[in-house]
Amino acid sequence: MSAAGVEPVVPEQVPARSMGRHLDRQDGVAKVTGAATYAVEHPVPGDVLHAWLVTSTTPRGRVLRVDASDALAHPGVVRVLDHTNAPRLADTEDRELAVLQDDRIGFRGQIVALVVAASSEAAREAAGLVRVHQEEEPAAVVYDEDSAFYAPEEVNAGHETDAQVGDPDPVLAAAPVGVDATYDTPHEFNSPMEPHATTAQWDGELLTLHDSTQAVHAVRSTLAPVLGLEPPQVRVLAPYVGGGFGSKGLPHAPEVAAALAALALPGHPVRLAVTRQQMFALTGYRTATRSRVRLGAEPDGTLLALRHDATSQTSRIKEFAEQTATAARMMAAAPHRATTHRVAALDVAVPSWMRAPGEMPGMHAHEVALDELAVAAGVDPIDLRERNEPEVDPETGKPFNGRRLVECLRLGAERFGWSERPAEPRARAEGDWWVGTGVASATYPMLFSPGNTARVRSLGGGRYGVDVGAVDLGTGARTVLVQIAADALRVAPDCIDLAIGDTDLPFATVAGGSSGTSSWGSAIAAAAQQFRHDHGDSPDPGLHTEAASGAYPDTDGHALHSFGAVFAEARVHRWTGEVRVSRLHGVYSVGRVINPMTARSQLLGALTMGLSAALFEEGWRDPRTGHVVTQDLATYHVAAHADVLDLQAEWLDEEDHLSTPMGSRGIGEIGIVGTSAAVANATFHATGVRVRSLPITADHFLGT
Amino acid sequence: MKELTYHRATDAATAVALVADDPDARFLGGGTNLVDHLKLGVARPGTLVDVSRLPLDTVEELSGGGLRIGAAVRNSDLAAHPAVRRGFPAVARALLAGASGQIRHQATTAGNLLQRTRCVYFQDVTTPCNKREPGTGCSALEGYGRYNAILGASEACVTTHPSDLAVALTALDAVVVVLGPDGERRVPMTDLHRLPGHHPEQDTVLRHGDLVTAVELPTSAVAPASTYAKARDRASYAFALVSVAAAVDLDGDVVRDVRLAWGGVAHRPWRAYVAEEALRGAALTEDGVREAATAELAAASTTDQTAYKVAMVRNLTAHTLLRLAGGAR
Repeated sequence: MSAAGVEPVVPEQVPARSMGRHLDRQDGVAKVTGAATYAVEHPVPGDVLHAWLVTSTTPRGRVLRVDASDALAHPGVVRVLDHTNAPRLADTEDRELAVLQDDRIGFRGQIVALVVAASSEAAREAAGLVRVHQEEEPAAVVYDEDSAFYAPEEVNAGHETDAQVGDPDPVLAAAPVGVDATYDTPHEFNSPMEPHATTAQWDGELLTLHDSTQAVHAVRSTLAPVLGLEPPQVRVLAPYVGGGFGSKGLPHAPEVAAALAALALPGHPVRLAVTRQQMFALTGYRTATRSRVRLGAEPDGTLLALRHDATSQTSRIKEFAEQTATAARMMAAAPHRATTHRVAALDVAVPSWMRAPGEMPGMHAHEVALDELAVAAGVDPIDLRERNEPEVDPETGKPFNGRRLVECLRLGAERFGWSERPAEPRARAEGDWWVGTGVASATYPMLFSPGNTARVRSLGGGRYGVDVGAVDLGTGARTVLVQIAADALRVAPDCIDLAIGDTDLPFATVAGGSSGTSSWGSAIAAAAQQFRHDHGDSPDPGLHTEAASGAYPDTDGHALHSFGAVFAEARVHRWTGEVRVSRLHGVYSVGRVINPMTARSQLLGALTMGLSAALFEEGWRDPRTGHVVTQDLATYHVAAHADVLDLQAEWLDEEDHLSTPMGSRGIGEIGIVGTSAAVANATFHATGVRVRSLPITADHFLGT
Repeated sequence: MKELTYHRATDAATAVALVADDPDARFLGGGTNLVDHLKLGVARPGTLVDVSRLPLDTVEELSGGGLRIGAAVRNSDLAAHPAVRRGFPAVARALLAGASGQIRHQATTAGNLLQRTRCVYFQDVTTPCNKREPGTGCSALEGYGRYNAILGASEACVTTHPSDLAVALTALDAVVVVLGPDGERRVPMTDLHRLPGHHPEQDTVLRHGDLVTAVELPTSAVAPASTYAKARDRASYAFALVSVAAAVDLDGDVVRDVRLAWGGVAHRPWRAYVAEEALRGAALTEDGVREAATAELAAASTTDQTAYKVAMVRNLTAHTLLRLAGGAR
């Protein structure tokens, strides 16, 4: 979907004037005063209707009959849609999006009917009056070692399913020091503050969606063919989004449901807000994973071979294969390496992206295994990691863009006071608490989405409009893009009027994969450069230039990655086993930081989310139905304020002009990578008890 | 939507009459639990009688030294009350261990005691639950069990009572003052909540139309040396995995008197009489407390998901009593 006819421009390096400095959030006042409107708050003209989802209670089977008579009799109810009367979709190949198209039930919580009413309350009440007669079929919902695993064609982000270098098995068998351990991570749920929500309106020619999404253009390009519309017939707006963490990176079934309701009721804006409970079935989640990691090393910890064999589960109606083992392909210099991914397809909700899919669970396993190797070899965990640093990327053989992992580890060690750490576990107690420290590495690839375009317009009086169909899901994109545009045009930030969050703006890719700022920013740099070339430094009002960026990033010549080191201090209560993380420090190499304030928020937020995954988060699936029963924020525990104590993030002073003309790389995800491993390693150091599954709950330590 | 009638009661007797005469009516206190239930479809009353503004919002010091706590006193006010902090620290600590600041500002004393289980199946109307819908079965028996009971459960219900305050009041022999259609009566805290048996739909011994108007805390030698400890899945805003309310009066090392109640282990706050009896008159030692707790836990029934509670409540009991003893010396 790159904009046809827009020539790529190779942007020069953007000189940093505003970049690297604090700039207040452009939308901060609007958000804290409530002036910012979200997807179902947006004022829309006309007679607004409200939709409420009715979902299946059986994991597999079919809908025999939907009896909507009582619901339709309820005051205010306008329409009840089910698979017999909903508008037909043009493309039902994506079963997640094939809402109300046939009688099949693929998982518990699937949309089986939709009530549309004059008020949200009436729709909700009537949804409870819809009687769905279901025929239940035998279902498989339990993911364990007995699941039927297969090798997917590829895993998420297009990685190869399996990879092997050398012949690791005999080397592992003969290695002087080894680790062979299995690590489990649970189903985790994105849980942004704003649940998924959409306002849809069909006027007979144009479908307008005010959507809570990370990608307005991707919603258009995905939904238009599903709905049988041409892309220009779908306009998607997302001026403000209350978080997503990947769960809003692609449209999910509720957006289709909202569109169906709008198509069925032309002229009416239809609002559909997903409940927190419904999010646990309908808007994606991080699948549980199991990683068997085998390491073989010299007595000093120098790796000779490694294997990372990962499994995960997906929905039978749609494959999502978590790329759990891919980080093991590029982290360490072991000459013999093998990684595999196997997936079980179950009658369960469809997993999807959640902050650092692949790296988060995979690096948890890898970095706890390295800690186990350090213990087995009697080597300091930081020395062990330094000893296994590769000269070039082990996966591609290309040079890195300056792999500064060791600098992160050393700087973090100094800040954290690592040298005072006792080598032995269970060596330090303070009051009723065992205290220990742990370290882990973090990594995230420099991802870049091609095809972005941006437009620069002269507004006169030295002001410029900058248009790009990007989305700020709460990260600060709206602010850093202003800084990039200001520097690229060589003006002050307050001379920039930035417009984002609308498919009427030039094509932009997802706010995901930590690629947004890099991809959109490069397009802005290209457009600014071309604008100055075409129109000079004193342009007349109305002049404009649209351009896409070329030449970035340099993936042909280099392996582009970010790195980091996470240090955790954990306290384990000697009587109850309760765990607290008293210190959590991250040091990162992420290229140029464009805005220290928003970057710090991103890194601290991701560290908090990693802490939360380490100690609390677990979607508990009922083995009888596949129903995630911990389906609200009182039972699905995320970190509370009291859990977050001394939390710090810093970064190396650097710029990376192999990656972007701004010298930056992405920062949205790396903070969650390795964090749970650092906490796990700290709890081992505190207690001598190695917990190999997440979350690390109190009951694991009661024997100590 | 369901039509609701809302009455704001101005005196307790009228409130009682309004509810007693209408099987579809419910009292509304702070609403921190009931309003959730209205949204979730767990409760569908036709009439709400708001008792949160009745003149039951004061804490009085009784002439004998005890306290009379109005039913509508907010949790945060009760936790901050000097007489509570001084004379009954377990009560203040239990309150502060519960919920969040916002919820404590809103929640009332009686509402806290009468809150309902947070069992995930009770709160999800698409699943069977004998407490919500008698006769449909217990989903938690073979389902999610981390928060399930280990003492006093039945085949019909394996859930736990979620209140922290109730555990402290149970340990300190509080008495609940109830105004019913037939007048006022007094129910000891230890008798207020039921075990599930065949009727898990009945959390307490109260009948429809009974209104809690006050809670009385008697003075005792042990109450000022009382405390509350709670183990939970995160540092704040989580229900107890297990909790311990304890008070002890020592003569040297010897236990002259002791009060012990557990939360998170049963369908009601669990007064540990067996353990109290074992501790009374003996020297307070870690081994002694562990043995006493073990005796109390002789009837415990656990699953893979709840087995941890036995060790956790025993450890927490030892920790709490030894810390109290250390402070008392």
